[in-house]
Amino acid sequence: MPVGEHWDLSVRHIAYHAIAAALEEAGADQVDALFVGNMLSGALLSQEHLGTLIADFCGFRNVETAKIESACSSGASALRVGHMAVASGMHDVAVVCGVEKMTDTTGENTTAGLATAADAEYESAHGVTFVGLNALIMQRYMYEFDVPLDGFAGFSINAHRNGAHNANAMFRKPISLDTYLNAPLIATPINIMDSSPVCDGAAAAVLVASERVGDYVTGHHPGAVQILASASANDTIALHDRRDPLFLEAAYVSSQKAYVESGVTPADISFFELHDAFTIMSALSLEATGYARRGEGWHLAADDAIGPNGRIPISTMGGLKSRGHPVGATGMYQIVETVQQLRGEAGEGQIANASIGMAQNIGGSGATIVTHILGS
Amino acid sequence: MSIASLWRTRQQRYSLEGEICPECRQAIFPPRDVCPHCSEAAGPLHTMSGRGEVYSYTKMFNVPNGFLAQRPYTMALVKLEEGPMVTAQLTDISDEEVEIGMPVEMVTRKLREEGDSGEIVYGYKFRPVFAAGD
Ligand SMILES: [Zn+2]
Repeated sequence: MPVGEHWDLSVRHIAYHAIAAALEEAGADQVDALFVGNMLSGALLSQEHLGTLIADFCGFRNVETAKIESACSSGASALRVGHMAVASGMHDVAVVCGVEKMTDTTGENTTAGLATAADAEYESAHGVTFVGLNALIMQRYMYEFDVPLDGFAGFSINAHRNGAHNANAMFRKPISLDTYLNAPLIATPINIMDSSPVCDGAAAAVLVASERVGDYVTGHHPGAVQILASASANDTIALHDRRDPLFLEAAYVSSQKAYVESGVTPADISFFELHDAFTIMSALSLEATGYARRGEGWHLAADDAIGPNGRIPISTMGGLKSRGHPVGATGMYQIVETVQQLRGEAGEGQIANASIGMAQNIGGSGATIVTHILGS
Repeated sequence: MSIASLWRTRQQRYSLEGEICPECRQAIFPPRDVCPHCSEAAGPLHTMSGRGEVYSYTKMFNVPNGFLAQRPYTMALVKLEEGPMVTAQLTDISDEEVEIGMPVEMVTRKLREEGDSGEIVYGYKFRPVFAAGD
């Protein structure tokens, strides 16, 4: 399902679109559970109970349903619930869908809705937004590590260059350094080109226990991809309570858990779909997952170590910046794109010899971080 | 924030009332049931001095509902002298003078014109501290 402004479609339509595509590709003829990752349906659409709303619209009856919410990491959290359901043997076939509809209301309402991921009484009540929180991190980071104004430009340029090849991306046009440098500020030092867009989207996957793939999916199963590791960790809800506001401890912990679970090291990973909601988050994610020392993550962008042929390709299908950030759906877009890369179906954006991919989804200002490692 | 929530947090918003942990002696703001530093039961109430310094700041141009009249404004992370950090707006400032490390003090100001129930919400903001004679 392409990310964009889908004024002609409701949340149930875009979710169905993604789920139907996933079921058709898998050739699955049975569904036992539907887990929906979503953040804002209550705040922006006055609609909760999404698990059953969407199952109903898909024609599923007598299946387990639930909406899973962990702010912007809702998509990956839902995948993790689906993973636990089939890995435990509790369900044979689980469908996971991340979905978000952000353009049905005004920009100020959406901004206020996103701010509910922060501490309502001690952050949002003072007028800080999500952009604002990321700006506070970026300002301090630039001060402590002496980063120039264009130090983060490479993250945005890389994302747009890669997103140009992704049919599901919202912005499919490369940008220049000049475009980045002249972009309007939204919260100093963050400009529009540091920030991912508000949009609608839905992405889905079908999950079956590895050893039983052949029993349940008849379609594309040579293309089935394995979840090698799934891990999640939390930190304080408020940025101001972090032990070190410039270090994503939850990203460190969840990626370390995932490395141990999969037996994979950062050097084994072919590409990394990180949570580039803001360029500063790319730098902090690379530092927390073992690709750069503290304060040096931005060097990887400046040196283009993050490009398709670089040491660690990131945002290979455009990332949140260019593909778009429909918040509760983002984690599942990361997974679908990781699967496309591992199957060799990423078209012009294909990473050569991609065999292991990592996806990391961040909720709030670093408060919930979910890491998945997938292998072909 | 609802009226009930505003009433519950009034001592925090008007006088920065936090706690000192009886176990590890660290200052905590706002009060918690469990100390985030040592995981023991958090301790007796303690009112912060209101003095601190700017850890980081941002001038915000896109703002949420309820804050549109004040746009743009400067948000900061303020490191209180007792240790805890708070998120708050800076006030009584010109753009040029804001910098990391700048000493600030708490003042009570209008936070937003209209809350969820139409009330005016007051709370803490921070303003620069000038040395005597400035
Ligand atoms: Zn303590």
